[in-house]
Amino acid sequence: MKTNRILKTFLWVSAVFVLAGWARAEQTLTVVSFGGSYARACVEGYHKAFTEETGIRIKLEDYNGGLAQIRAQVDSGAVHWDVVDTESAPLLTGCDEGLFEYVDDLELPPGPDGTPASEDFFDGMLNDCGVGTLIYSTVIAYNPEYIEGEAPTSIRDFFDLEKYPGRRGMFRAPTTNLEFALMGDGVPPDKVFEELSTDEGMARAFRKLDSIKEQVVWWETGAQPPQMLADGEVVMSTAWNGRIFNAQVLEKQPFVIIWDSHIRDTGFMAIVAGAPNLENARKFVAFATSTRAMVGVANRISYAPVRRSGLPLVGKHVEAGVDMQPHMPTYPDNSRNFLWNDVEWWSERQDELTERFNAWLSR
Amino acid sequence: MNLRGQGNGLGQRIIPVGLVLPLVAFILVTFVIPLATMVVQSIHDPEVADAFPRTLALLADWEDSDLPSPDVYEAMAVELVLSRENRSIGKVATRVNRIESGTRSVFAKTARRLEGADTTDMPAAMIQIDTRWGDVALWRAISEAGQRYTARHYLQSIDLERGLDGGIRSVSEDRRIYNTLYLRTVYVSLAVTLLCFLIGYPIAFAISSVSDSLAKILLVIVLVPFWTSLLVRTTSWLVLLQNQGVINDILVWIGLVDDGSRLALVHNMTGTLIAMTHVLLPFMILPLYAVMRSIPPVYMRAAASLGANPLQAFARVYFPQSLPGVSAGCLLVFILSLGYYITPALVGGAKGQLISNMIAYHIQTSLNWGLAAAISVVVLLGVFVCYFLFDRWVGIDKLKLG
Amino acid sequence: MPNLGWKCGKAAYVTVVALGFGFLILPLLVIIPLSFNVEPYFTFTEGMLRLDGDAYSLRWYRSILENPEWRAAIGNSFFIGFFAAALATVLGTLAAMGLSHPKFPFRELVSAFVISPMVTPVIIVAVGVFFFYSAIGLGQTRLGLILAHAMLGAPFVVITVSATLAGFDHTLLRAAASLGAGPLTAFRRIQLPIIAPGVFTGALFAFAASFDEVVIVLFLGGVDQRTIPRQMWSGIREEISPTILAIATLLIAFAIMVLLAVELLQKRGKKIHEGK
Repeated sequence: MKTNRILKTFLWVSAVFVLAGWARAEQTLTVVSFGGSYARACVEGYHKAFTEETGIRIKLEDYNGGLAQIRAQVDSGAVHWDVVDTESAPLLTGCDEGLFEYVDDLELPPGPDGTPASEDFFDGMLNDCGVGTLIYSTVIAYNPEYIEGEAPTSIRDFFDLEKYPGRRGMFRAPTTNLEFALMGDGVPPDKVFEELSTDEGMARAFRKLDSIKEQVVWWETGAQPPQMLADGEVVMSTAWNGRIFNAQVLEKQPFVIIWDSHIRDTGFMAIVAGAPNLENARKFVAFATSTRAMVGVANRISYAPVRRSGLPLVGKHVEAGVDMQPHMPTYPDNSRNFLWNDVEWWSERQDELTERFNAWLSR
Repeated sequence: MNLRGQGNGLGQRIIPVGLVLPLVAFILVTFVIPLATMVVQSIHDPEVADAFPRTLALLADWEDSDLPSPDVYEAMAVELVLSRENRSIGKVATRVNRIESGTRSVFAKTARRLEGADTTDMPAAMIQIDTRWGDVALWRAISEAGQRYTARHYLQSIDLERGLDGGIRSVSEDRRIYNTLYLRTVYVSLAVTLLCFLIGYPIAFAISSVSDSLAKILLVIVLVPFWTSLLVRTTSWLVLLQNQGVINDILVWIGLVDDGSRLALVHNMTGTLIAMTHVLLPFMILPLYAVMRSIPPVYMRAAASLGANPLQAFARVYFPQSLPGVSAGCLLVFILSLGYYITPALVGGAKGQLISNMIAYHIQTSLNWGLAAAISVVVLLGVFVCYFLFDRWVGIDKLKLG
Repeated sequence: MPNLGWKCGKAAYVTVVALGFGFLILPLLVIIPLSFNVEPYFTFTEGMLRLDGDAYSLRWYRSILENPEWRAAIGNSFFIGFFAAALATVLGTLAAMGLSHPKFPFRELVSAFVISPMVTPVIIVAVGVFFFYSAIGLGQTRLGLILAHAMLGAPFVVITVSATLAGFDHTLLRAAASLGAGPLTAFRRIQLPIIAPGVFTGALFAFAASFDEVVIVLFLGGVDQRTIPRQMWSGIREEISPTILAIATLLIAFAIMVLLAVELLQKRGKKIHEGK
């Protein structure tokens, strides 16, 4: 009978699927990160070494940095993730919301010269819920192929549509844009958050953004700016420096970074509250924030170590062989004029400003 | 009639009901309860109420024109320290901060400093830690956030808020967004529906008026996109429409457009409209075709033989008969557009975003799930209204695909 | 009397229709050759236009096979789709048979109820599913996605099976019973052959609904539940490479296969209805 044959096939297929599911059960750790070239740098930089030394297999997932999935897991008690790469703002929110394990008692390895971790890390890199892993910058980058005449050199040029006509790429959130706008309007970096705290300052930032709004293409993921620059979709864009570096060095794009007025921030690593492999996760975080791991990443993508012992050890790019030092956000030539992101300031106003920013965008 | 059938009256009812029951139960658990959860989520916000029960009880009799009495401060102090210990303080701070922006840090800071502190004048001590404890606005925000069941998210989802006097008012102009987005979603849905109708009607007419074998081939052209993954179709438009994409390349090549001034076809409203129209077009064509197939060509011929020119015959005779298909197709396309998320998110850019993108934003990024749920309920109600009107005017049983 | 105006009108109509069909199918056709582009661009290179063999390659197809994420996504899509379709088919077929019974109480209402997931905007369904399934621990599990997708797919089965049952003469079942056949035998020998094409069409619809679904996967799924559309979504947003076009081409081929299968089934269904 035909029906029986179909039924049998069905049972067979089911059995195969179920067995395939059982077959994979070993010691693993789910690490969630931002994907793309950064994730690749991490895998090569230290994930492989970690697995080799501990035998713990790493399951890598990428996400866009939000907290929704983490909160869904923690709230329901069904936590699947162990370690997440995160940025300073979500780390703060997540810590407040109880989404992360405390890691303030974690024993971090000392620097290679024996300096204890507490002294080796820069200030502000050790948080109750996370350990700093890297310094990255939001920078202005441009594609010289689409720029005529003299090259742009400052944040003012980014907002100058007459001198440099063409579309601009900007991050689709208020963060970094309001700061860039004020700096582009002549506010020195150390006065930016002070100015933004006033109603007039805020209005001034939005007015500045208004002046280029019609020409802006908004990006949402780190991979988009280099893509848009390469395609000529935009002539200049704000971007994460590591992504631009990758395009420059690995894809041989002619992009140029304007280091003037860049915005610096810290990347953190945190453990999801109730992580299924807590002990392994703690081991991993300690490993990932060792000097060796940080340098391993910095030699593959231009994000700077957050340990004093790490900076001088950064050398040549593992594949391309270029000297990585001049590409670090912390390199002296790049550090003449920059702004540290003020996470505390943002955590108070994120919701309100995002609403306002979205309202502004949709007008 | 057979004899056994006589006694079977009850059985004949029970068996069919029994057959349907598993699916009804399944839909109930996997679909209805989730929607109910969503409604609950939109009005239920227990975090602050759970963290500050005593403070809120005391605040209940508070006249909100003046600062609360010292015993409120005392209770607050105790509960602040407690909630810092059990890690609920961040959640509380987030919620109060949503009502009164800029108050987030007050809570953790005060709790930290109060721990182990010994004081007789709690109000003074707290105001010394942070001056905002001396601000009525903060207390009002706490009291408002302390409502376990709240209409706050619904107010916010239509750009309203509770003012200082407790009355309802519009939020300040620079923060109004949701109403704009509902309207834009409706406009875009209407535009897509209209475009689908304008493109889809001639196509459906063509398929139903050619020979059977040709109709089969033409139908395949409609059905291939219908069966092809939405992501594939969105990807193709992204690839075609982008700055260095095929369409711009062709326009430059034939000289319609200068290489330096390629058209911005994607990451804006144009992209959203083009891609959504393409994605939803089969949903217009198939119901239209289903109706047109059943219109006997004799009518048109009869009209022609009575001296009507083809246009008249079409307008007076054919079109009215195809109306059930038109309304079904339009309803399907319109309602599907209302909830569209993927296509606007990928090709829409900032100006091409619809209300669904806001829902996703509040679920995934801002974690304001109550607001996401409230917006969803508003959209769902809108959809219900559409079905209701359709049923009144056309009859829901006219709705069928293919 | 066909005059010039009429001819022009007809020509205009044919043009409009042709453009409409072009609009429907060309975007899909264009990306097929692009998926064989040797360069990582999304437009035709000169070499491609000259039909130079060197301008074409299978590198993007190889990169699918070499990439464990894509392989996992393909596995997940079939796994989730298969079980979701199976569940939807069983529940949907039973329900359609019950609903087709002439004495079914509140038929309209119950039909509307079981079809409601299909006509609710998927973003709303996804929000509800996300809240509830996460709360009961089904978040980021395959079971959660299977249940959600089965819920979306079941209405399709109900509709297709109901359509094949539309002309079914229920006295046949009673006749069988009076001849001494048990209800199961009667079902297998009489009803099943008639509804079989509808059941399979419904199953295909349900499978396709799951196979194509991305919003729920986006909200509810985790690393282990990434499906093909989910992977495409991050591919488009993260690093858009022509691998996406290769996958898209495969999916178009898949869609055509499904379409052919549905056509065949409908033909069979018709034959059965017309009484062989």
